[in-house]
Amino acid sequence: MDLRKKRRIVNRVALSCSLLAMVFGLFWLAWVLITTVKLGVTGLSWDLFTKMTPPPGAGNPGGLLNAIVGSLLMIVLATALGTPMGILAGIYLAEYGKHTWLGQTTQFINGILLSAPSIIVGLFVYSAYVAHMGNFSGLAGIFSLALIVLPVVVATTENMLRLVPDTMREAAYALGASKHVAILSVTLRASMAGVVTGVLLAMARIAGETAPLLFTALSNQFWSLDLNQPIANLPVTIFKFAMSPFKDWQEIAWAGVFLITLGILGVNILARIFTNLRYK
Amino acid sequence: MKEQKTTLEPVIIAKNLDFYYGNIHALKNINLEIYNRHVTAFIGPSGCGKSTLLRTMNRMYNLYPEQRASGMLLLDGENVLESGVDVNVLRAKVGMVFQKPTPFPMSIYENIAFGVRLHERLSKQQMNERVEWALLQAALWEETKDKLNQSGMNLSGGQQQRLCIARAIAVKPKVLLLDEPTSALDPISTMHIEELIAELKTEFTIVIVTHNMQQAARISDYTAYMYMGELIEFGLTDQIFIEPREKQTMDYITGRFG
Repeated sequence: MDLRKKRRIVNRVALSCSLLAMVFGLFWLAWVLITTVKLGVTGLSWDLFTKMTPPPGAGNPGGLLNAIVGSLLMIVLATALGTPMGILAGIYLAEYGKHTWLGQTTQFINGILLSAPSIIVGLFVYSAYVAHMGNFSGLAGIFSLALIVLPVVVATTENMLRLVPDTMREAAYALGASKHVAILSVTLRASMAGVVTGVLLAMARIAGETAPLLFTALSNQFWSLDLNQPIANLPVTIFKFAMSPFKDWQEIAWAGVFLITLGILGVNILARIFTNLRYK
Repeated sequence: MKEQKTTLEPVIIAKNLDFYYGNIHALKNINLEIYNRHVTAFIGPSGCGKSTLLRTMNRMYNLYPEQRASGMLLLDGENVLESGVDVNVLRAKVGMVFQKPTPFPMSIYENIAFGVRLHERLSKQQMNERVEWALLQAALWEETKDKLNQSGMNLSGGQQQRLCIARAIAVKPKVLLLDEPTSALDPISTMHIEELIAELKTEFTIVIVTHNMQQAARISDYTAYMYMGELIEFGLTDQIFIEPREKQTMDYITGRFG
């Protein structure tokens, strides 16, 4: 057969396979999203944002206020806890520990932590903190979420710093900059958009995490901002309500799913904006 | 005669200078003088050690643990290769511009102020004057005076390279090292940079590495031809290009080799 003709056919077959695979993936994603929107929107109401989660029993109207606030609180604090540590560790890995035993080991372990199932993180915080304190608490929830944020931020910071060409570093040193000045003012600055993107993606990831919260923050039916007590949050509330026999609880659960999805979408769009900024 | 003597004062003197990349002996017993307020060009085929020699002069090699130099490299009579030398102070005296333009991810103004702040405390007014002075020196003021707060990354390649030159001279170094500064630029930008070099040598001592022999002939006062880590010939540029003493130099500049 003619070589060019054969190439064209192979090209078409490969392209069709890729398209099919894409359609297959998008099909389920679309289904999930459509279900979420359809069931979620019906549950949306003013009550959702003004009322606490309802007590057991049908016919009790309620909302998600305590769960929304609890989730936001834990996400923000967990990010605030994990980000500085993650950025510092990422700087160490990319700028100081590149060829050292400690750096390479840390990098390897961070890779494991990055792919560790979140339920294991939850169990770890349970045995290391909750079991000692004797009760579930918002603080424990924050610790377990921070443990999920940490490796993501470490890895993104490291990777983004490595993308900065060495010529940029040399240019800073050639002006007489010391190492910390070169890192803080030049290389970290050059990779800031990427690092912020990483932090945002980490936030998006913990927004939907349920397993680590089941063993740590648990849930709370009432309004509470006490970090030493169990605290309400969206994922665990959804978990409880979706499995309940009450129709209005299930509706609230779907509304919660919709809110989380919307939140993650928003954060992802923000991350995308920051990624684009990098090339300006 | 007196005039001649003062202008030919050597700023940098290399004595028995050797350089190693790990086990590789990259510079072999270099002896050379760089004269004040003149342009000295290093030419030679790829891998001959001309960039290495340049990077020894501001101890850029210090960033890489497997690289080391031995012998003497005197700047104003002080051996800069000694371990006690503060490399950051040395680099304030010996500035460097690289092959690829490397503007920092900040505004044009900040790009220039960055280096100055590392070594001096200036008032806002003084800093403004310094930035303007550096941009004027680098022939970039007219193009950038209305957009000093815009990112340096948005300039064209040639402008970026002039920004890097402005950034280097803003620190007021004595010596300016240029490592193939025009090899990534188009002919017009190259011409601008070459004109700039001719201007700058009235105030700075310039050492330039170039792959382009015509460029070396056009802009330098002294030329060093290097091959395989050795300094084959050093002399006035006219002499090197018109009547080189060494046959190797002759072969290289006439294009029979390299």
